[in-house]
Amino acid sequence: MSGATAMVEPAAGANAPTMRIAPPGRWWALPLGEMWSYRELLYFFVWRDIKIRYKQTAIGAAWAVLQPFLTMLVFSLFGKLAHISSEGLAYPIFYYSALLPWMYFAGALQNSTNSIVENQRLITKVYFPRLALPLSSVLSGLVDFAFSFLMFVAMMVYYGIRPTASALWLPAFLVLAILTALGMGLWLSAMNAIYRDVRYAVPFLVQFWMFASPLAYPSSLVPERWRWLYGLNPMAGVIEGFRWSLTGHGDPPGRLMLVSVSVVFVMLITGVAYFQKMESTVADVV
Amino acid sequence: MPETVIHVEGLGKRYRVGERERYLALRDVMARALTALFPREPRLPRDYLWALRDVSFDIPQGEVVGLIGRNGAGKTTLLKLLSRITRPTAGFAEVHGRVGSLLEVGTGFHPELTGRENIYLSGAILGMSKREIDQKQDAIVDFSGVERYLDTPLKHFSTGMQMRLAFAVAAHLEPEILLVDEVLAVGDLEFQKKCLGKMQEVSKSGRTIVFVSHQMNQIRRLCERVFWIDAGQIREQGPTGQVIAAYENALMSGAEQGRNLAGAPVFLGWELAGGGTILRDGLNQVTLHFMVSPNEDVRRGHFGLHIYNDSSVLVASWGFEEVSLERGTQQLRVTLPYLPLRPGSYSILCSMFNGGNNLTGGRLLEVWNAVPFLAVDTLPRSHQQDRWAGVFDIPAELSVASGGESRKEAREQHA
Repeated sequence: MSGATAMVEPAAGANAPTMRIAPPGRWWALPLGEMWSYRELLYFFVWRDIKIRYKQTAIGAAWAVLQPFLTMLVFSLFGKLAHISSEGLAYPIFYYSALLPWMYFAGALQNSTNSIVENQRLITKVYFPRLALPLSSVLSGLVDFAFSFLMFVAMMVYYGIRPTASALWLPAFLVLAILTALGMGLWLSAMNAIYRDVRYAVPFLVQFWMFASPLAYPSSLVPERWRWLYGLNPMAGVIEGFRWSLTGHGDPPGRLMLVSVSVVFVMLITGVAYFQKMESTVADVV
Repeated sequence: MPETVIHVEGLGKRYRVGERERYLALRDVMARALTALFPREPRLPRDYLWALRDVSFDIPQGEVVGLIGRNGAGKTTLLKLLSRITRPTAGFAEVHGRVGSLLEVGTGFHPELTGRENIYLSGAILGMSKREIDQKQDAIVDFSGVERYLDTPLKHFSTGMQMRLAFAVAAHLEPEILLVDEVLAVGDLEFQKKCLGKMQEVSKSGRTIVFVSHQMNQIRRLCERVFWIDAGQIREQGPTGQVIAAYENALMSGAEQGRNLAGAPVFLGWELAGGGTILRDGLNQVTLHFMVSPNEDVRRGHFGLHIYNDSSVLVASWGFEEVSLERGTQQLRVTLPYLPLRPGSYSILCSMFNGGNNLTGGRLLEVWNAVPFLAVDTLPRSHQQDRWAGVFDIPAELSVASGGESRKEAREQHA
């Protein structure tokens, strides 16, 4: 009956859905369908982030290459001085292959944490799935990643490293990095909307997290028995995965990965749940 | 019988005090200060405030409904609930069709992006698809009249130009249901008319509009039915003329109460020198008495007095500096040699700062929407037609100097 009446409605261009607006319930659902219908807005958010990031910068996208490159130089210098094992890889390759996912992750985490607060004006004036904000900041970081990846390709050529079949795994590790940033970003952006302290805590978090990741050292430094525990830090899996898939050196991070993937999964599910709980009141609080 | 597109039943929204919107100009500052001061108040029942309570109504497809009422009555809250910006605490609403909301001009505009880029960004945020914007881009640019600057960053636009562009995007929004908050109050008159015209066009195409405005002439022009919202509830609904009349009567009789607190409350009430709030002679001396009772000593303070007409136009305004007041109840007198306003209802906004004014670092004690309103009940002396009558009511006489005489004088001078 209601379907039939909907069809005769002249102003309704498409199949106008009936939307029920009610107090937030106890349960939540993954808003995948809704996110899909707002995919264009998501695209525009990503587009906006990228446009704004490079406007008014003198060297624009070169920053995306300079940051990991200079960091790599410093790390390589100290690596050499401190005789840190690079598992037979040239220091620049060893460090840059880890900095690739790490720089992306750190940037995506910071941007997504601030995404809700920075768009508070928007949030109080128009409706869209709020999830689009942290999601777009995580996705827009991929452009920087692409630029810095080009640099890595050049380095591979310079060091004469041929990609092996393991390189096919790279997208999987990248996806894991994206999901880690998103899962964490959901938690932090929601918390940041309520407690502004989060914004100041995140740089520290990122710093500590860096030391807990096999960035400046190989994960073989961690005793084999505890390696799976190390995987609780999903970025450990991601970084090891990047090194292995890009250089074909060493063993694929098996058990470590399994733990990492499970952790990311839990982080994402709880992150979405927490985010949605916050979402229903954010326009009143933010 | 047209189909119901908005069905609302027992809708309510409860805010914790401190979360709610403050007075317009202070909103941003206050919100920030409050969230910083009270991150998590203990949940006491008295900290709650119903911004909207037990509201039920139906809106059939194609109807244009106006929402009127005082600031803070709950009009915007209702729009925010219907547009899903915030969730209700009680009741529910069923909305049938694509909803577009226009609660602000220039939603999503970014100063670093160009005019053209902002058309896309704002359009997408307001709910247009990329294809839709592609198609309407020329019409939007045309409507805005800022074609020449389209590829310049928005920050180089004048405020007026930004408004025009923002309106142009908004005007081309064509959802089945359009929720509009007082956005037509800004911008120049000519452009306002253009937007109003566009909205009438939209409503004629069978779309449903819910429209908030303090400008009764706009409501009269656009709406068939009006809800008068008062203290979070629908006080009266019905045909436009009838509800507006009831609303304006209530304003005149001072039935509307309320104040906007900022810091320490200062203002208790006001009246004209002879008592009452109805001005019957604006051409001779007018004295306004304000009862104040600051709970701190005011030193080098600022007293702002602003008079708005019913179209929210600031018609007269004064700022008194270096005001000194002891704490406790006393009276402020403002004497004006004349106040030749057109007959009608006027709202008076008062502000009191301590230790300077808004620019010199003074601390705001209170912003007060004076109640009751000032009613001007004098003889209409300006143009007979409303739209030409202006804001003043000044007597004028026309005399015709005899043409023969002046010509004769002129001739004599030449001779």
